[in-house]
Amino acid sequence: MNLYRNLTIKQKQIVWAWTFLAVPVVFYSVIRFYPTATAILISFQDWNLLGARAWAGFDNYMKLWNDPVFWKVFRNTFAYLLIGTPVSLVLSFVIAYHLDKVRFLHGFMRMMYFLPFMTSAVAMAWVWRWFYQAVPIGLFNNILASFGIAQIEFLNSTTNALPAVLAPAVWAGLGFQVIIFMAGIRAIPTSYYEAARIDGVGWWVVLTQITLPLLRPTIVFIVVFSSIGFLRIFDHVFNMTTNNPGGPLNATKPLVLMIYDTAFNSFNMGYAAAQTVVLFTILMIVSLIQLRLLRSN
Amino acid sequence: MSTTDIIRPTATGLMAKQSKPATRNMGQILRWLALFGGGVLMVMPIAYMISTSLKWPHEVYNVNLIPVEPTLDNYLYVLEDGRFYMWFINSGIIAIVTTISNLLFDSLVGYTLCKFKFPGRTIVFIAILSTLMIPTEMLVIPWYLMSQSFGWLDSYWGIMFPGLMTGFGTFLMKQFFETVPDDFIEAARIDGLNELQIWWTVAMPLVKPALAALAIFVFLGNWTAFLWPLIVTNSTEMYTIPVGLSGFGDEADVAWELIMTGAAISTIPTLIVFLIFQRFIIRGVVMAGLKG
Repeated sequence: MNLYRNLTIKQKQIVWAWTFLAVPVVFYSVIRFYPTATAILISFQDWNLLGARAWAGFDNYMKLWNDPVFWKVFRNTFAYLLIGTPVSLVLSFVIAYHLDKVRFLHGFMRMMYFLPFMTSAVAMAWVWRWFYQAVPIGLFNNILASFGIAQIEFLNSTTNALPAVLAPAVWAGLGFQVIIFMAGIRAIPTSYYEAARIDGVGWWVVLTQITLPLLRPTIVFIVVFSSIGFLRIFDHVFNMTTNNPGGPLNATKPLVLMIYDTAFNSFNMGYAAAQTVVLFTILMIVSLIQLRLLRSN
Repeated sequence: MSTTDIIRPTATGLMAKQSKPATRNMGQILRWLALFGGGVLMVMPIAYMISTSLKWPHEVYNVNLIPVEPTLDNYLYVLEDGRFYMWFINSGIIAIVTTISNLLFDSLVGYTLCKFKFPGRTIVFIAILSTLMIPTEMLVIPWYLMSQSFGWLDSYWGIMFPGLMTGFGTFLMKQFFETVPDDFIEAARIDGLNELQIWWTVAMPLVKPALAALAIFVFLGNWTAFLWPLIVTNSTEMYTIPVGLSGFGDEADVAWELIMTGAAISTIPTLIVFLIFQRFIIRGVVMAGLKG
């Protein structure tokens, strides 16, 4: 205690700071950084959990490159991203743009759009899975049937299954994006709109020349956030296709599901680790490209 | 000349005002109706989940939203089974403990990085920020191996340990502590409070809205977490609600009214919390989204 008393104020601050940080620093080192390094290390090893770990060089990566399932999964993962992100961006902007102008029951309307965000992906995947069943079980096909429209194969079709799995993911994230967009729209100073009104400019010009350019940071945030979400899609796919995860014929399998299968069903840890490194790289590249686009103007 | 020049724009303005209100009102009404229709569609899956959980098996395949003879039979069946009760408690304990841990540690670290000057500050900040770039999926294999060698598999600790602190929460709290004036902290120091007391009694009360936002995100995230709990648990007693529900769905196979009941049990608590604290939660989400 005497030792502490003799310290200067600056030195005392240093002692306090490192006391506060001691546990967190250990946590981040052991639970975040060490595992990251381990994952990269294992990706260069051949290891099936029970046997010995053997150095394998780039074998896992070569195997991945030559694996047709990986390329199928790669295409699926980007299909989730390239369909999901624009669709949810446009939908959420259109909803937010109009919702912002609505006064009557505004709070109630906002609540309806936000509610799905509070649900659990697993629960909702099962609800949508039920919707997609054939007559006489599934809601969608029952509604189609009552109008005399031909049945649609959703989860059993290799072409329809991926969009069908994506729909609840878009649905669940929409409310969050609407709320963020509305906050962005509210943050635009009204003086811009007043100036536009005095100049007598039409709504389309106001939208494209004022609102959208000023929303750029919001748009970039939403694009980055939802892209990362779609690239990491798992809960919806796994639960909507539990009888044949990622099926039919790997038509819905995303990278995270392939990682899960390889690591925890086939116990091929080295191969799975290589896949996680690929996922990490993809996420990094996609985020960096998008952040660069933000900075460019 | 000058009078007509002044009058002319006013006149056109008046004409415009006379012709526009009718169409503008129609436009407003159409916009409202379209948005309302969209909102109803958004709520539909949740409504059908709850409605089906209240239906008798023979009525499940009817598309009517309001059950003809509502029943709580499915809830009784599912709860008597006992497992959902267990999973509910597990998820609750895990979400609550993780939330408390994040509130304490993320704010302590955020505060330290914001208000203290010490060697290594920038490095620690960049290191923690960089963890935001590491996806959970990359860490699950090493976490699993770690849990295996320390005997953490299939335990509360095993499910919880990866999420006890987050870079996101730390960053969020740091952003909010920036708004606390340094003078307050200096004044407390002169009053003779030690640094721990200053953090807890002076700084923390000033960032309550941020703490609430963080609590919502961490709780919701852990209540609905699926991948890691699926990997780390292997006995029914240790499942969380999402993991249990996933297995239950497969097992119940075509008993959709039971699956919907399970789904409703896992969703209703968060929906109730949301309906009570709606305004507050939406504000929190915006704050966390824009600052974090």
